[in-house]
Amino acid sequence: MTWSDLQNSLNTIGYSASDDLSVALHLALTLGRPLLLEGAAGVGKTQLASSLAAVKDAKLIRLQCYEGLDAAQAIYEWNYQHQLLAIRAAAEDGETGKSVETRIFSNEFLLERPLLSAITQERPPVLLIDEIDRADEEFEAYLLEILSEFQITIPELGTITATTKPIVILTSNGTRDLSDALRRRCLYSYVDYPDRDIELAILKSRYPTLDARLGAQVVGFVQKLRQEDLEKTPGIAETLDFAAALMGLGIADLTADPVVLQHTLSTLLKTQSDRAQITKEVAGRIAGRAA
Amino acid sequence: MTRVTRFAGRDPGPSARVTGFIAHLRANGLRLGVAETSLALSALCEVDASYAEQSRQALKAVCTGCKDEVERFDALFDSYWMDAGRVKQKIVPTKSNASTEETIHSSRDAQGQDMGSSGTASAPDGGQGEAESDGEGRLIATQVRNLMRKDLRDLVRSEDVAEAEKVARRLGAALRDRRSRRRIAARKGDRLHYRKTIRASLATGGEPLRLMMKHRPDRPRKIVALCDVSGSMTIYAQVFLSFLAGLMRSDTTADAYLFHTRLVRITEALRDKDTLRAIGRMSLMADGFGGGSEIGPSLARFSKTYAKRFVDGRSVVLILSDGYDTAAPHILDDALRDLKKRGCKIIWLNPLKGWRDYAPVAEGMAAALKHLDLFCAANTLDDLAALEREVMKL
Repeated sequence: MTWSDLQNSLNTIGYSASDDLSVALHLALTLGRPLLLEGAAGVGKTQLASSLAAVKDAKLIRLQCYEGLDAAQAIYEWNYQHQLLAIRAAAEDGETGKSVETRIFSNEFLLERPLLSAITQERPPVLLIDEIDRADEEFEAYLLEILSEFQITIPELGTITATTKPIVILTSNGTRDLSDALRRRCLYSYVDYPDRDIELAILKSRYPTLDARLGAQVVGFVQKLRQEDLEKTPGIAETLDFAAALMGLGIADLTADPVVLQHTLSTLLKTQSDRAQITKEVAGRIAGRAA
Repeated sequence: MTRVTRFAGRDPGPSARVTGFIAHLRANGLRLGVAETSLALSALCEVDASYAEQSRQALKAVCTGCKDEVERFDALFDSYWMDAGRVKQKIVPTKSNASTEETIHSSRDAQGQDMGSSGTASAPDGGQGEAESDGEGRLIATQVRNLMRKDLRDLVRSEDVAEAEKVARRLGAALRDRRSRRRIAARKGDRLHYRKTIRASLATGGEPLRLMMKHRPDRPRKIVALCDVSGSMTIYAQVFLSFLAGLMRSDTTADAYLFHTRLVRITEALRDKDTLRAIGRMSLMADGFGGGSEIGPSLARFSKTYAKRFVDGRSVVLILSDGYDTAAPHILDDALRDLKKRGCKIIWLNPLKGWRDYAPVAEGMAAALKHLDLFCAANTLDDLAALEREVMKL
């Protein structure tokens, strides 16, 4: 499978990837390296992982990072309640302490969290570590160890080595700079807002019934809007919402009615000051230029 | 159009060229280790390497690690593989066995020095404004226009940076140590966290087996420094730029920018371990040094772009400028208001404030005053060091 095959098969399930991104993804798959994706919110970083899982017919395991994420949430945890019940029950049955102890620290009482479950699958899953920049630096260091060794040590059970190597995709919005060590371990691709053709292709694959002329207008409008000085630049999801809103309202031409256009802008502009900045007149002008 | 570089006939083969390319990237400040070379080679095996575009994409995925590097990569790729910058000159090894020995040797050199950082031999040239060419296919990119630019290495000496590093570290510490009154749960704390301990004891049948702790959290403050390098600030540039360089070295979370008529992020450049090269890279980016100043528009651009990613309630924005703005004062006013909305503290260090009878009468400065948390004088490193006490009060 070459990178263009990968690009095509992603295309068939509705993910249009640029050449840069396809090559990086292809390399990540063949070389068995994690792929780090950076870019603004809403450019399809997370979507890539789920599309890849669909292409590979693999399970998608997702770890959403947040500030204060710890090992218990990311790797494994003992099921305390369950263990306690087992101890009580064992006491009534007259089981000895030693055998209870070995029993309650077994796989049965282990709660698998995303990282552990990713390395114990039968078939290689896609492991998505989302918004890694939100996690603490300590967690990043721990993650590094797992990503390089693919084994996890549980004191009570011993070391669990990966049965299969997951396909790892990390995403980052760039809220903080990641450590060099992590960057070095990963392949890297910067995902930018899609260009006109790609965005049009995405729109077509999602809404096949969308009128071609309106589609071109929508994409042109959003592309122009991104060049405006906004607080929150609309991503692809917003474009799709916008198109859906227009279809739902039965609008065939963006330039036809500026009032309705202004109403539908709530799908694209998500802050008060952006709304105030793109007035009816401005929106009309942009739509006129985009058409 | 560019054409593919012609390597010498005695060149030992693709792997040596890739090694040379990695060394070339290292010489230009990309942080690459030994493992990347083999990774790059295996990456090239996976694509159709006879197409330049595919090789470029493959090597880009392997060798870059942040947006900054992605943007620089294409130029570096062209300069090595596509013969940019040396169109006529034929690549002939100078010594009889230079081709094999030198290429491999150069990469080893770089390995030994912690990712090729301190070697001056491959660092940018000493301001003569000519691309360094040593006849082995390793090129130093984007140095050619150096003559037209102000070379900041004449201004900033590494001793100053070392001195500034100390000051910056103290200042950073003064800003950083914001202890909270409340304690929060922590693995290693100084007090027992009763509520959590009791809750955890439920899982162990009412026996408090696991003792939960709490501590006073550190509230780290991120320093974001913006330095004015317009014409009127030239004489203070030495102090401020050394300070920035020192700050970036002592504090891994700090962020630095230069502005004159444009705004440039120099954080990545200043992180370079080689002080001289860091300053060299900074001077390349500060194209327009000593020109006009547009403080308002630069800050507005900052608050609209970078600030969204890097400035939050725990940031301290340090503006080093004399406040002489050629743009309308209301732009500066709006920009600072926007910035302030992100919850940060704003400190303005004005070298002129040290003068006797100085009053902030420049329109821009006057407009800015009401948004500032601290407005101080700073001409020398000593002044900056003295700030420590002022900053503590913030």
